[in-house]
Amino acid sequence: MKFGIVVFPGSNCDEDAFHAAKAVFGQEAEYLWHKDTALKSADVVILPGGFAHGDYLRTGAMARFSPIMSAVRAFAERGGPVLGICNGFQILLEAGLLPGAMLRNRGLKYRCEHVHLRVEQTDTPFTAAAVVGQVLRIPIGHGEGNYFAPADTLETIEKNRQVVLRYTDPHGNVDEAWNPNGSVNAIAGLCNEARNVVGMMPHPERACEALLGGVDGRAVFESVLKTFRLADLRRAQVPA
Amino acid sequence: MIDRELLQRHGLSADEHERIVRFLGREPNLTELGIFSVMWSEHCSYKSSRVHLKTLPTEGPQVLQGPGENAGAIDIGDGLAAVFKIESHNHPSFIEPYQGAATGVGGIIRDIFTMGARPIALLNSLRFGPLDAPGTRRLLEGVVAGIAGYGNSIGIPTVGGEIAFEPSYAGNPLVNVFCLGVAKSSDIIKGVASGVGNSVYYVGAKTGRDGIHGATMASAEFDEKSAEKRPAVQVGDPFMEKLLLEACLEVMQTDALVGIQDMGAAGLTCSTTEMGSRGGAGVEIDVALVPQRESGMTPYEIMLSESQERMLLVVKRGREAEVERIFDKWDLHAVRIGAVTSDGLLRVKERGVVVGEIPNRALTDEAPVYRRPMTEPDYLRGAQRLDLDALAETSQDRNASLLALLASPTIASKKWIYRQYDHMVRTNTINMPGQGAGVVRIKGTDRALAMSVDGNGRYCYLDPYRGAMLAVAEASRNVACAGARPLGATNCLNFGNPERPAIMWQFAKAVEGIGAACRALGVPITGGNVSLYNETDGSAIYPTPTIGVVGLLEHADRVVRGRFRETGDVIVLLGPEASGEIGGSEYVKVVHGAVRGAPPALDLDAERALQSLLVALADERLVRSAHDCSDGGVAVAVAECCFETNGMGAEISLDAVRAARDARINTAAALFGESATRVIVSVEPDQLTAVLERAAAARVPARVIGNTGGNRLRISVGGAAAIDLAIGEAELAWSTAIDRYFARRVA
Repeated sequence: MKFGIVVFPGSNCDEDAFHAAKAVFGQEAEYLWHKDTALKSADVVILPGGFAHGDYLRTGAMARFSPIMSAVRAFAERGGPVLGICNGFQILLEAGLLPGAMLRNRGLKYRCEHVHLRVEQTDTPFTAAAVVGQVLRIPIGHGEGNYFAPADTLETIEKNRQVVLRYTDPHGNVDEAWNPNGSVNAIAGLCNEARNVVGMMPHPERACEALLGGVDGRAVFESVLKTFRLADLRRAQVPA
Repeated sequence: MIDRELLQRHGLSADEHERIVRFLGREPNLTELGIFSVMWSEHCSYKSSRVHLKTLPTEGPQVLQGPGENAGAIDIGDGLAAVFKIESHNHPSFIEPYQGAATGVGGIIRDIFTMGARPIALLNSLRFGPLDAPGTRRLLEGVVAGIAGYGNSIGIPTVGGEIAFEPSYAGNPLVNVFCLGVAKSSDIIKGVASGVGNSVYYVGAKTGRDGIHGATMASAEFDEKSAEKRPAVQVGDPFMEKLLLEACLEVMQTDALVGIQDMGAAGLTCSTTEMGSRGGAGVEIDVALVPQRESGMTPYEIMLSESQERMLLVVKRGREAEVERIFDKWDLHAVRIGAVTSDGLLRVKERGVVVGEIPNRALTDEAPVYRRPMTEPDYLRGAQRLDLDALAETSQDRNASLLALLASPTIASKKWIYRQYDHMVRTNTINMPGQGAGVVRIKGTDRALAMSVDGNGRYCYLDPYRGAMLAVAEASRNVACAGARPLGATNCLNFGNPERPAIMWQFAKAVEGIGAACRALGVPITGGNVSLYNETDGSAIYPTPTIGVVGLLEHADRVVRGRFRETGDVIVLLGPEASGEIGGSEYVKVVHGAVRGAPPALDLDAERALQSLLVALADERLVRSAHDCSDGGVAVAVAECCFETNGMGAEISLDAVRAARDARINTAAALFGESATRVIVSVEPDQLTAVLERAAAARVPARVIGNTGGNRLRISVGGAAAIDLAIGEAELAWSTAIDRYFARRVA
């Protein structure tokens, strides 16, 4: 399958996502320049981490106006799997593809470290290979990852089972002491109502090789591969 | 009219003024005077340091580029080069910590990509006053946030560093930043202007009035009026730099480029003259064509501005459109501001009218060189004497001493700091900050590069020659501990006012020490920088040479880290056991409140043998961890090996220090003495024989001193129990020490 990785001028995890898709998982991968309008037949789109347009205003606030974003939106509306990592998640929020907003971290400092995440939902293309309740150890690296949504929105997303990942302690218990940025309901990852668009603050592409200190991020990539294998099987079983 | 006051404001002496008049055959105009003042400033001309720097070893078969370019480069095999340099941003960081540190990072990154290399790692070396001194926490928070703000945005990981806190830095913190990049050796690009008629391009941020006389400011001492110099500190824009970085690397893929240089200190002036001088050519520019952020700027201001994120390029005639197209793609506006000439002059025009004309040579090669007087400082003899009675009288509670050392901010965990740096972006970091050398793999190869920056101002204060050698040895040893073969070095020399003979003596001795150690350890100096006038109100910092060493691991997956890994492993001390040295140590400072005594001796042959052994052991996968013994001695080193392992303990037995001059300090010296050339390794029991054999063959003393396991740290000296602490308690003291200083403020 083919990964399309969107490159904004200030993206800086684009090469990391590309490396994970291509070198670690042996898949096709192609960069999608933000001024382009075509997704080059990508099967899955990743909005990578970084500082898309410098983000001096508000993270991701300008990226949603980039030409590529209309193509990403259309792709998402057709049910195409879209993953926003870190700045990519912030962009998905700003673009309205996911509900809520990001605030500056509680403590007002950038934080780069491994955190623990509990998988809450597995019916998304990016968690399908995981098990509900599984605890993943994956790094974060952000200054604005404090997820916020008003109470009614929060109620809706919880009711719709849109919270995909939550920050927890190493044993999978939600505990404010282990919430690195103050996100409401310890939300680390979120999907849309259709479940094909997922945003997450942690960086799975940084945890795909043992040499880098952990492989728990592989679950996210394995999930999307599994989803496509299943889709292929389904297509094969239903004669055209 | 040029009078004494005008000269003084430009930091030029009467002699220097005469020299200018001699070169020009006339009085300079104000623009020319400004140009001379920045090019002849200490910061740009190295006029006090040059005679000493010339003695440093700069050559070796691995050296692709030595000092004199934007950065040095060494061959790392596979047709690749490691391009690296360290630079100071001390003065701006004191005046405005966030922007000072941020623009320091921006500057060193530009030096690296200017060479055609993609920057892949950053380190920093910081010095502050004590954390409880007024202002330190504000400065530290600002500097760390500035480094983070710039490095994180541009997406280059900060993979390590070091920091120390001493009263001498309270009024003059040090911010030294190191950057490393990788390039194809064949693609290295230089800062030259050549080829008459080729176009000179300006690209990047617009020029404003910020940073005018930054280089001159960095060449003077501080006093209570320094805060008024804030307009001389520039403001960084990491996003602009990210665009420049990507666009320049793309332009370099074409062969349309002749040379490129960033506009750092002394801005447009320095880049035009240095490029012309290196290429043996002249450069003519029209300042009216320079994109300007403010209206009404004079040629003087435009030439001296130190606005950040600007590059100067020389493009082959006829290839301009190609280059402009690439910058357009990145929404950058590249402007042709002039051309290369054959006359060797820097010619500055304003709307076609010549407003300055100076031979490049006069500004660079012919800049003044001073052999400044030197005398041994008065304090030295007294400071090197250590009163052992005073040390013996105080507490014998070794547990308390160890806990105090672990909580000393210089030794304590730096997580509070490095957690603010993105140290994982680019997915290459295979040894995280806080564990000795930073190590990054090089994708597409089997290889990895290890790098470390080290320095010990206290040692250098007590003996600059020895202290500087020890800094080289420690940086190189840290690299070797990771399993990498040290290949090259870069230095950042932070000293006080060179016009004072005692300071100049410290400088000369330190450079001698660096030279001796670099020669012996096979790590030539490939570049660096000198920061003088680090004084506030007449009091100088400790002489602080910071050394960065880069080494190569042939196989990334053989990297050795600094933490114990398995229970039941054998702990081996490589190198001599303590010999009673305790002078200048962290122990004497923290436990006895004194900065006294002679720093440890260094046997360079033994050091080289130890480092070669470490590389061989890593290559054969014979050790599970390696940790250098430095601040706090064996006791602190072993404790640190236990930390961040989920509470794994160790049981250690050290020999009594037989050679100690005085029995009263035996135990303390064995535990906390900082004798050089020692490393703690942990070894799987099955591999012990092999390790001891390799050590014997390399003539490196090796002694089994204990085992990993349990959940306590127990150390006996000469058969008597000296330390017995729960790892949890020791780790808590170490891991929370720096946080506590900041928590206290909130409370």
